[in-house]
Amino acid sequence: MAAKGKEVLSGNQAIARGAYETGCQFAAAYPGTPSTEILETIAEKYGDSIYAEWSINEKVALESAAGASYAGARSLVAMKHVGLNVAADPLMTLPYTGIVGGLVIVTADDPHMHSSQNEQDNRHYAKFAKIPMLEPSDSQEAKEFTRLAFFLSEKYDTPVLIRTTTRISHGFSVVTLEDPVSPVRELRARKENAEKWTMLPSNARKRHPVVEKRLRELRELAENIEINRIEWGSEEIGFITGGVSYMYAKEAFPDASFLKLGMSYPLPERMIKEFASRVKKLYVVEELDPFWEDEIKKMGIEVTGKEIFPRCGELDPDIVYRAVRYGDVPECGTLELKRSPDLPVRPPILCPGCPHRSMFYQLNRKKYFVTGDIGCYTLGYYKPLSAMHTTLDMGASLGHGHGMFKVLPEGERKKVVSVIGDSTFMHSGMTHLLNMAYNKTKGTIIILDNRTTAMTGQQVNPATGVTLMGEQTFEIDFKSLAESFGVKHIIETNAWDMESVSRALDEAENYDGLSVIIHKGPCALLPEYRKNYQKQPMVVDPEKCSGCKICLNVNCPSLSWVEEEGYWVDKKGNKHRRKGYVVIDQLNCTGCEVCAQSCPFDAIIFPERSE
Amino acid sequence: METVNIIISGVGGQGIILLSNVLANLALENNLDVKKSEVHGMAQRGGSVVSFVRIGEKIFSPLIPVGKGDILVSMELMESLRWIEYVKNGGTALINDYRLPPPGVAMGIEKYPEGIEEKFGEKDVKVFVKRVTNEAVKLGNPRVTNIILLGMLSRFLTFEVSSYYNAIRKSVKPQFLELNLKAFERGRELIEL
Repeated sequence: MAAKGKEVLSGNQAIARGAYETGCQFAAAYPGTPSTEILETIAEKYGDSIYAEWSINEKVALESAAGASYAGARSLVAMKHVGLNVAADPLMTLPYTGIVGGLVIVTADDPHMHSSQNEQDNRHYAKFAKIPMLEPSDSQEAKEFTRLAFFLSEKYDTPVLIRTTTRISHGFSVVTLEDPVSPVRELRARKENAEKWTMLPSNARKRHPVVEKRLRELRELAENIEINRIEWGSEEIGFITGGVSYMYAKEAFPDASFLKLGMSYPLPERMIKEFASRVKKLYVVEELDPFWEDEIKKMGIEVTGKEIFPRCGELDPDIVYRAVRYGDVPECGTLELKRSPDLPVRPPILCPGCPHRSMFYQLNRKKYFVTGDIGCYTLGYYKPLSAMHTTLDMGASLGHGHGMFKVLPEGERKKVVSVIGDSTFMHSGMTHLLNMAYNKTKGTIIILDNRTTAMTGQQVNPATGVTLMGEQTFEIDFKSLAESFGVKHIIETNAWDMESVSRALDEAENYDGLSVIIHKGPCALLPEYRKNYQKQPMVVDPEKCSGCKICLNVNCPSLSWVEEEGYWVDKKGNKHRRKGYVVIDQLNCTGCEVCAQSCPFDAIIFPERSE
Repeated sequence: METVNIIISGVGGQGIILLSNVLANLALENNLDVKKSEVHGMAQRGGSVVSFVRIGEKIFSPLIPVGKGDILVSMELMESLRWIEYVKNGGTALINDYRLPPPGVAMGIEKYPEGIEEKFGEKDVKVFVKRVTNEAVKLGNPRVTNIILLGMLSRFLTFEVSSYYNAIRKSVKPQFLELNLKAFERGRELIEL
């Protein structure tokens, strides 16, 4: 048992702690920034009392947690905002079936899209599914609200949503630790609940009124629950706010009056009316959509919101202050815009030794149109790799490919390929592959098999052969999988042999049918890479480098250009002028040789060992 | 005490998060409130990274308002400039004289910015540009650059040295403790007030 005391925790760590303190027994998630550390913390710190897993996707995670809850276990699922789209199907019907053990669903939204493809506002899901949503403003609340969510879930027989945003998920603040309670509920398969849990139309029709009645009770709860509170200050200005926006408004106007909403949905109408009647000027401060503003306006209350606050990006104390004081309305609220604008940028870039590099270099060189997907490899979009032309959502690369393959004329079709990572393939690509094979698609898909869920921090998956709890399991073999789906043409490449990549692409392009290329090489950040693949750093032979810059097109952070007029010597021994040469950083080069294979002059070499 | 706002900037992988963790533990050691905010994920891969750390009696916003940063600590030379707007007039900047060329510079398309000290000088910010990574290498490991910078930072804050020791102890693996404490002391020596 952990000692009581205070610790500085991130919102994610605090949610994990809250689950532990409440006797949670089952936790499942698919990694996704900014939610990933919730399950990592549970597995690492509380794995003795909570079963934790990386599920294949968010729908699988939520349905599994629902099963654990039906059996009587307190259960938690966590996902990034777009993950809840994947899990939306069970989410919409679980409020009908209800639960047994408390069921808490964490959605980590990402205003400003620090690491996401959109900035959807998942408060809408609470309204859509007609279930309560709690929204903490710091780590202490993240822990307390998680505990509260389990109790509310059981009291009202409903799943409960917790919404965080990046600044809460990844923000650190002081948390007071408490002892965990032991699970109380009997774990068994409850046959007596069949009517409540089997959503045939005849049963579901009986459950919908239950959902509506529960929502009315939750509205009543919202009036009295202590996490909705009024902090009276000056009555000149009143703010209705919550989440991290509360902190920004409080920072900007410490003396104003506040109605802090700990419960984002449903709203406490009487409390809001009372607050509104006592302040002279009323503002709603919320990031993204006017979710509360619309609800409050429907109550017939006059309030200022999105006419002065931005709908896009994050808020901060400056934006809130300037909007209220001067009506200064930026289009987007983002930190980025206030950084010094004229500096060279640092876009994220594939790591030294990354197995994806050789594939994107060849895709660019061979001028393919690439339907892409979500992962580190989305960075293949950036110059000079410039080899990604679509990215929509998890798994869409294969759907995009399939649609294009079906309608494009043959010549055009042959220059289109779909690229997907191993984890994304298992999350949402496998069904596409079966669909393509079944529907006799002619085209090429490439699985970038680096044996891990890399972008979110090298989480394990079925390609790794280890579970989140650290148990050995099988390693998935994509070749057998594709064969069993009926794919006839499967090629495996070696990620550090650019020739094998080039040959595979040519062969697939010329094959009259569906080709699957499995691009193999472990992520350069994995221990396996360091053990079996890492070599000594390479160097550029200063005599042989012509300064042609071709190697810079592999886009490796270890390579850099030195502008310095001089001479180089070709293979025949002739001297030529050059404008500069390339050097290799000896601290981070992994010796993967991809740049060396791109060099037409064999100027990139392993240094001779001096014994 | 008055709230102190610290901005830590640099490039992903340089040890910014560890440094901000030590500062958070430092606040706990001193029974103060603390908030820190940083972004992980996609931005980590060699991208610009910033961490905001605020220590005081009661902290609301995890983000530091523009022009309210007391001290900027930069692990990389030009990254200090990216956050200059956040440093208050009369504030302090502790900058590692260490260049990691961004991709445009590495490709030979853009130039690495110069005149960084002067730009801070124009804002009346006290600037200390030191070759901290060199010092770290001399101590045996470039990775302790962050803790040398912490030692430098400690000269501008009012906390007891022992509380830094405790905070470092909580944040680093035991086998690296001695090296990190040495790094901290080296940092203190680098600043003459």
